[in-house]
Amino acid sequence: MSKIVFDNVKKVFDTGLKVLNGVNLTIEKGESHIILGQSGGGKSVLIKCLLGILDLSSGDIVVDGISVKDFQQKEEYMKKFSILFQGNALFDSMTILENVKFAAAQKHKGRKSIVNIAKEKLLAVGLEERVFDLYPAEVSGGMQKRAALARAISLEPEVLVFDEPTSGLDPITGGIICNLLKDTVQSLGVTTITITHDLRVAEFLADRVSLLNKGVMVWTGHADEMKGCKNEFVQNFYKASNVILRR
Amino acid sequence: MVNMFATLGKYSLATVQEVGKISIFSAKGFKSCFSSPFYFREIWRHMVVVGFYSLPIVALTALFAGMIIALQTYVGFTRFNAEGAVATVVVICITRELGPVFAGLMVTGRVSSAIAAEIGSMKVSDQIDALTTLGVDPFKFLVAPRMIAGMLMVPFLVLIADIIGVMGGFLISTTVLDFSAGSYISQTVQNLEAIDVISGLVKASFFGFCMSAFGCYHGFYSDVGAKGVGNATTSAVVASCIGVLALDYLLTAVFFGK
Repeated sequence: MSKIVFDNVKKVFDTGLKVLNGVNLTIEKGESHIILGQSGGGKSVLIKCLLGILDLSSGDIVVDGISVKDFQQKEEYMKKFSILFQGNALFDSMTILENVKFAAAQKHKGRKSIVNIAKEKLLAVGLEERVFDLYPAEVSGGMQKRAALARAISLEPEVLVFDEPTSGLDPITGGIICNLLKDTVQSLGVTTITITHDLRVAEFLADRVSLLNKGVMVWTGHADEMKGCKNEFVQNFYKASNVILRR
Repeated sequence: MVNMFATLGKYSLATVQEVGKISIFSAKGFKSCFSSPFYFREIWRHMVVVGFYSLPIVALTALFAGMIIALQTYVGFTRFNAEGAVATVVVICITRELGPVFAGLMVTGRVSSAIAAEIGSMKVSDQIDALTTLGVDPFKFLVAPRMIAGMLMVPFLVLIADIIGVMGGFLISTTVLDFSAGSYISQTVQNLEAIDVISGLVKASFFGFCMSAFGCYHGFYSDVGAKGVGNATTSAVVASCIGVLALDYLLTAVFFGK
């Protein structure tokens, strides 16, 4: 489990586009934290900065005392994380089993039981053996999501990141995946960060919620405090989400 | 007038910047070919894609090239009674130039575009970011296997193209132009020098590197969306073809220049 501190994180792209304008946030060890926000609000960029995929323009992100900018400890920093990408990001040229094996091989280098580890993780997320040798394009979106989750947990990370975990899934499959994520997180006991614009997902998974708007954290608190929050953006977001749900 | 110079300057700077980026990318890719970990399965997969699947188109191109060269040389050389040199011209043309260049261009058209499209799609679907988060260097996993496959398999294809091209010339010369098979073969063997074949194979290795470097570069820096990947594919093929022809001139000058 890891504690994560975002300290005045700013990201400006080469084109001059400012995406993050000073994000401050602390996520405690073992917490399930949800980052909510509108599309284009900077959620995905924030996560890519956290994972070290994008460099920060200024500020810092520190995980258990290791800075994302510390080049000498970059490998150790990166090993703390695993991510379930929005589009799953399974490798097209590998079968479902090979995808998980490939990830497991990075964590358990030199071990002969990598196939068994991969199979164990796939079974743990509810995939049947008959799909192990199929390619990602040959299985449903829900199965791809499960396989991507199996790949993510095969790295045995300290921090799990879920990027829009239910996007592109029907409500029933989305619900099943949400339950699976919650069960997985509880069984692993890791720190999790979920980015979503779906309030239902947030309320289901969150210990605490942060709202990101135009590159700034406008509110952080418990999910059940959102309704009574006086922040205008939070109220608008909450009302809009509930209007959509009532329809 | 000032605007014209400003635009010219802008494009010149952008071109220099692009050349610099491609050079750094290629150097980084080349370096990654010689450091562990080596992804042998990926290397083998791309060797099959570049070598085996390109074989039919390269063989067909070489066959027609050999046949055309024999016909054209015969028609031209008859004008000054030098038709006896057809076999020599065919073998030198094929091994030094047409074999490597035609094979290089054909493989470039087929493979460079596929590399750019595959890597571009991987970028769009976050697969390259996924590699990074798994602790895998995308250069070692994506670029190095393609470069190694290109540098090893294009020379192999050129060797096959050389043989088939010479056979094409032999076929036309003996069946259409009434050459004797024995004298054609002996003339071919007598006038063929090792440098003719070696220069072609060295060129092919450079072409293989160029093709995979441009394919990977344009895939890595493709814009998002179907249009972005499409543009990357086109740019990869155009840049690779120009690269192959420019390299051909430079290497010809190195091997055979005064």
